[in-house]
Amino acid sequence: MIAEFGLAALWLAAALAALQLIAGALSLTAKGEGFGGLVRPVAVVQGLLALAAFAALIFVFIETDLSVKLVVDNSHSAKPMLYKVAGAWGNHEGSMLMWVTIMGLAGGFVALVERRLPDRTMLATLAGQAFVSLGFYAFLLFASNPFTRLAVPPAEGNGLNPLLQDPGLAFHPPTLYVGYVGLSIAFSFAIGALITREVSPAFARAMRPWVLGAWIFLTLGITAGSFWAYYELGWGGWWFWDPVENASLMPWLAATALLHSCSVLAARNALRAWTVMLGVVAFSMSMVGTFLVRSGILTSVHAFAVDPKRGSFILVLLAIYIGGALVLFALRAVTVTEGERFELTSRESALVANNVGLSAILGIVLIGTLYPLLTEALGEQVSVGPPYFNPMTALFFVPMVLVLFAGPLLRWRRDSFARIGKPVAGVAVLAIVGIVAAVILAPDMMLPIIGLALAPALAVASILPLRGRDLRRVKLPVWGMVMAHFGIAVSLLGMASDSAFTTEKLIAVHPGETVAVGPWKIAFAAIEPVAGPNWTALEATLQARYQDGAVQTLHPQARSFWTPPQQTNESALLTRWNGQLYTVLGEEAEDGRWQLRLWWKPFVPMIWLGGILIALGGLLALLGRVASDMRRVVARGKIAYRRERQGR
Amino acid sequence: MSAIKAKHQRLILVVIAMVALIGAALLAAWALRSQASYFYVPADIAANRPETGRAVRLGGMVETGSLTTAADGVTVHFIVGDGKARVPVVFKGIVPDLFKEGSGVVADGRLDARGTFIADNLLAKHDEKYVPREMKDMTEAQARQTVKETQ
Repeated sequence: MIAEFGLAALWLAAALAALQLIAGALSLTAKGEGFGGLVRPVAVVQGLLALAAFAALIFVFIETDLSVKLVVDNSHSAKPMLYKVAGAWGNHEGSMLMWVTIMGLAGGFVALVERRLPDRTMLATLAGQAFVSLGFYAFLLFASNPFTRLAVPPAEGNGLNPLLQDPGLAFHPPTLYVGYVGLSIAFSFAIGALITREVSPAFARAMRPWVLGAWIFLTLGITAGSFWAYYELGWGGWWFWDPVENASLMPWLAATALLHSCSVLAARNALRAWTVMLGVVAFSMSMVGTFLVRSGILTSVHAFAVDPKRGSFILVLLAIYIGGALVLFALRAVTVTEGERFELTSRESALVANNVGLSAILGIVLIGTLYPLLTEALGEQVSVGPPYFNPMTALFFVPMVLVLFAGPLLRWRRDSFARIGKPVAGVAVLAIVGIVAAVILAPDMMLPIIGLALAPALAVASILPLRGRDLRRVKLPVWGMVMAHFGIAVSLLGMASDSAFTTEKLIAVHPGETVAVGPWKIAFAAIEPVAGPNWTALEATLQARYQDGAVQTLHPQARSFWTPPQQTNESALLTRWNGQLYTVLGEEAEDGRWQLRLWWKPFVPMIWLGGILIALGGLLALLGRVASDMRRVVARGKIAYRRERQGR
Repeated sequence: MSAIKAKHQRLILVVIAMVALIGAALLAAWALRSQASYFYVPADIAANRPETGRAVRLGGMVETGSLTTAADGVTVHFIVGDGKARVPVVFKGIVPDLFKEGSGVVADGRLDARGTFIADNLLAKHDEKYVPREMKDMTEAQARQTVKETQ
């Protein structure tokens, strides 16, 4: 019953999306203005119906209803409750349902609260959102139905991939998807603005909080995903340039560029066409990422079951939406009038440099991700990894950091370096000396050393905008910017320190022996079997001492799951203020020794701490923007009220 | 005068942006040619050996009886074959769970001067749902035959 209810809700939601599109489109014509009133309520109900379908799916997973094919393929009655719930989206169909649910809810939320856009632009925006949703509803209903029943239910399900049986699954995909799909709002705004030719600072101010919201979630999702991969895979790395990681990084780069160009458009009415273009590109990158991940054309731990029909379906959707949006852009961009001018030394120029740098990095990541597909079509299999991505992205990241030293201090329109002068010059000289020293002294270690030189300089530069100001009067968005830029410095320091100072030990030892790694002495005390809800494991007891400190105990495990039968290595971590000890238990050698892999990673947690700071910076900026909008609404209401009273 | 100057500077800005983006594209193309790691099966290596030290991927079957663990307990030696040629491989690390003799493997690494493949990373079949793509193609085309010949 519940599955049929979910399917019915999904069909209804799709029908309402069609209605929303038609009513929205008609309301833009001269005769159809009357349909306009339909659009907002329909958008809200459509979102709620999608949510009902998603809730139904979660319900059949909680119940482990084995007459539903998706449950049989991905769940098991003996699985812990957390993974029954999270298992609903730990598969292709469920994750696509989550996608349309978030998309519907985001559209409904915009319909409910957004009042700043001109009416016609709003209607065009919601029609655009419905148009995109409709394609994904069709994809779900025709090529990825999550509610398909089985004629003969089996006695038990196949279970969830053990690598996914981790609390990270409950947090990482939903966060990332809110970010991914939240960018559809920016896409629809851009489409709406292009259709009604309303590209203005007011448009940018209306779009900015939505982009910020999506961007905060995307930042958190990427940070969480990186940390999850770090401890779950047991490889000690935190970023692998895996196509799926790239698929989340590309929309983030575009959204980051969009945030910065938005502030130029909002404050100075410049970069008009460019901002709209980025709005289109950001969500297009989300869709390209989905295509890469869900079509199965790339190898990845994230590639669920492969079905060529799905790949071509998503490819057609991509062609329609991205192609259509770009055609619309090409037709309308010429009519978007030229924005305000600015001098070469100005806040605008610095933000343009930021946008060029981010776009270049985006291009590099995109080319590197697609290149293996291209060569495969030509009959040659290649893979592209860190030797390509690391230096190429650094090439553009380093100049961006240098611009970031000065950019936030510059005034809009025209300024001079003489004015911001000394502190920036000091910081820049420090950083450049560090970089030159790195290039000359240690070409092998060049990137980590450049990072180590840049990070502290950036940390200082990021708080310079607060210098000489009355801190009580600094606005929230400025605090947000400072915190986000400081977060980049923190994250960069963690990355550089991990590459430069990590010490690793791979060794086979008998119980009772002691191993040294970095400043740690680690005694392999014991190994014994333990049992979990749906796995058994061999668990090592490691007694670690930092220099002459107290003994701390770690328990890395080699787990064996039985549904599906698979082994995973559960790493054990020990975090200190100055780094992290990372331990993995391997296999038993013939003579009774056990393989241990140990890393001492100085300051590595700063990578994710920085990511959280960046997201928090975004949150501060968002709160500041929303608060000032609220104040404006209240003030406007008061004025209207007073006028009314005077009129009476 | 100032309007002309402003227009001029706008042009400079656009030109700088274009140069940066085109430069990025050209650099990316160049870097891909030199840094992408190509996929080889043992027969390819025999026919057209990649230069020593260049990052490549090697795929094939782990020959039965070839897997040995060195005295340190963490270095493994094995031979990857495809029925036509054989390549000795050395790997230091914890091998993937489903890595075993007679099944497929894809190794990231490089050839040393003596023709031994130094693997940095091994990809084995994880489960039904995650098969390295190269291995999937190979199992269809070659694996069954390879297993027969190597056993």
